[in-house]
Amino acid sequence: MEPNQKNETVFSKVIDEFFYGIAELVQFSFKVFKIGIQPPYEFREVWNQCYEIGIKSFILVGTTAFILGLVLVMQSRPTMVEFGAGAFLPAMSSISIVREIGPLVTALICAGKIGSGISAELGSMKVTEQIDAMEVSGTNPFKYLVATRIIATTLMIPILTVYADFISLIGAFFGSNIKDNININYYFNRVFESLHYTDVIPSFTKTFFFGFTIGLVGCTKGYNSKKGTEGVGKAANVSVVLSMVGVIVIDMVVTQITSMMGYL
Amino acid sequence: MEQEINTYIDGTTIIEIEHLKKAFGNNVVLKDFNLTVHKGETVVVMGKSGIGKTVLIKCIIGLVKPDGGKMRVFNQDISKLNQQDLDELRTRIGFVFQNSALYDSMTVRQNLEFPLRRHRKKKIRGNLDLQVREALQNVGLENTIDLMPSELSGGMRKRIGIARSLILRPEIVLYDEPTTGLDPITSEEITHLILELQKKYDTTSIIITHDIDLARETANRIVFLMNGIAYMQGTYEELVNNEDTLIKHFFKRQAI
Ligand SMILES: Nc1ncnc2c1ncn2[C@@H]1O[C@H](COP(=O)(O)OP(=O)(O)OP(=O)(O)O)[C@@H](O)[C@H]1O
Ligand SMILES: [Mg+2]
Repeated sequence: MEPNQKNETVFSKVIDEFFYGIAELVQFSFKVFKIGIQPPYEFREVWNQCYEIGIKSFILVGTTAFILGLVLVMQSRPTMVEFGAGAFLPAMSSISIVREIGPLVTALICAGKIGSGISAELGSMKVTEQIDAMEVSGTNPFKYLVATRIIATTLMIPILTVYADFISLIGAFFGSNIKDNININYYFNRVFESLHYTDVIPSFTKTFFFGFTIGLVGCTKGYNSKKGTEGVGKAANVSVVLSMVGVIVIDMVVTQITSMMGYL
Repeated sequence: MEQEINTYIDGTTIIEIEHLKKAFGNNVVLKDFNLTVHKGETVVVMGKSGIGKTVLIKCIIGLVKPDGGKMRVFNQDISKLNQQDLDELRTRIGFVFQNSALYDSMTVRQNLEFPLRRHRKKKIRGNLDLQVREALQNVGLENTIDLMPSELSGGMRKRIGIARSLILRPEIVLYDEPTTGLDPITSEEITHLILELQKKYDTTSIIITHDIDLARETANRIVFLMNGIAYMQGTYEELVNNEDTLIKHFFKRQAI
């Protein structure tokens, strides 16, 4: 086979898979909405899932956020000081953290950790017929397993983001304090002064979409995973890649919209 | 012995399957399957691996949607039920999965509590712990109550699977190869367990198996599934002494 021709088939396969994947996601989300909105609701299971997600990501998200805040300030400080803008350091770090770094990093970490976990779990439940067993016990797996997980990620990613923002700002404070000696009260006053609701609202809103995407992709890939252990592994893998791409695309779209509305 | 089992059977039809069809793409699994099961009866389904036995009983409980034909359970057409009625009906049927299908993330206790929690209204749920212990006692595994499924052997998992399927006291129990992959002694234990539970709770059963001993001891009737139809039906003796080459071949192979 000519290398060129080979590339073409691989390319068309990728395109096929892409559209098939989108269709799969859309179909799945319709089904989840249709079944998820019917009572009775699985509050207890939603709570369990929120707890699981929170506990699993708490330390990882916190550590990463702290380091990123610290590094951000340490890296930007010399340039800003050179331009005589050292005093803007708290404002600069708070805006970049709250608008972009906090939400995006939290979502990407959760796509890796939570998304893959969900799809591996549902995938192995599927191939070992545990989902069938649930169904014959008269429990709708869409409601009990899928809808609860999607609701949990949609609620928890925003909460984790707020937490990440906060830890990251503390990191940034330590970063500023390595060279300058800044009072923590002064620092946080400057931080909150420079944040407007036009910074906070869009960036908080988008985290719900991030959470929804991570949950939806993880559940879809897991629930539809092919038989066998390989199928489960592949489902987890694909779900991470897809939800990361999804998060970044949503981020871009939201940024476009906010800029069109004149908020940037 | 035969006579004794037969006294449990009354004339009421509990499962009625007519012209059942199911194909996966080009793979026609069930072509024109007919079977009637009466109250109190134990029907054993035999047939080669991959012939569609699991698909058949999954149709009965609505896990697999047939392409055509009629499937009536407790006089209700499965394909016409809405989700709620189907769930209701499913509580009256126990399904023992071929690979046990225990929930890995839950302990044995939680596995057994799951159907109870999902189904019994709070008031009539009664004492969960008591019911779980009784179910475990029935299968002789009381000491596993706080173990995870991964800590159990294959035979233990099968028994826990049986206990879980029976915990809601179903009127029909569908067993999918309850003894496959187990040593002869454990197989015999499970055979006796099935007989005992049958007597205790007066259930109607369909048992899929390749295990001749299990078939001989439990079956009122054996159905031989082949080429998508109920190729041959009869009592154990009738089938063992049958002159049909395929049946002969199957039983000779199995008996060795
Ligand atoms: N979900 C499915 N999708 C596609 N094909 C399927 C599906 N389930 C079963 N089949 C096919 O249906 C046929 C019958 O499968 P089934 O599991 O009923 O066999 P079986 O008689 O139970 O075999 P065994 O004794 O090995 O358990 C097989 O050819 C199988 O490939
Ligand atoms: Mg089978």
